[in-house]
Amino acid sequence: MNGAPAQPAARVELRRERDVAAARLAVSRAMDALGARALRKTRFITAVSEIARNALEHGGGGVMEIYNLERPRRIMIRCRDEGPGIADIDQAMVDGFSTARSMGKGLGGARRLVAAFRIESRPGAGTTIEMEADP
Amino acid sequence: MSEAASVYSVDKVLLVAIRDNITDTDIINLQEDLSERIVNEAARGVVIDIAALEIVDTFVGRILAQLSSISRLLAAETYIVGMRPAVAMTLVELGMDLPGSKTALSLSHALRALKAKGLA
Repeated sequence: MNGAPAQPAARVELRRERDVAAARLAVSRAMDALGARALRKTRFITAVSEIARNALEHGGGGVMEIYNLERPRRIMIRCRDEGPGIADIDQAMVDGFSTARSMGKGLGGARRLVAAFRIESRPGAGTTIEMEADP
Repeated sequence: MSEAASVYSVDKVLLVAIRDNITDTDIINLQEDLSERIVNEAARGVVIDIAALEIVDTFVGRILAQLSSISRLLAAETYIVGMRPAVAMTLVELGMDLPGSKTALSLSHALRALKAKGLA
């Protein structure tokens, strides 16, 4: 979706629940490497946790890639799944909307916690989410 | 006990230290284990230290809130202690201010509150 560098700095497969923790850890390390501030790091990793869990639970698994952007200097993650996709993205972003066991605050909450948020999804074609954070 | 946390029982109070980067299953197991121990050990108080948690997302937040409700039904009072400022700010932004959960700044603050109520 965005002009990310060709090579991700890290890549985490999201196949099992433990992989969500691995994704959080990988992003935490990438933000440490950038010298990110504590609050920004907490906000971004919380958002990462929400969308990684979504990819696993609703998307049947996927992959998360972590990129270092240059101008502006930012962390970007791209999370892709090949699940059923989201029919109505606007509705899915509203707090309280939930199709599973979550509280329905995950997707809309994640968007509020990051510097940039992009989502692309079509029924039957999976979902891709990109999020950026300042250091 | 699950590997998600260390639990110590002192004077009818269960002291729980959650470790960092737990999985959803870890914290669900912890919820079950704690519920059992409250009854088995006739605990009057539960103090959950989340200082090690770098983040609390909507799932973990929901389980923590449920734990407070469960222990109240089992006649124990729960305190969540050690929350990092960044975690508190993020939870509020997520719209999860853990209604029904008591919080204290530290373990000793929570124990003092429990003692004042005659629960420890």
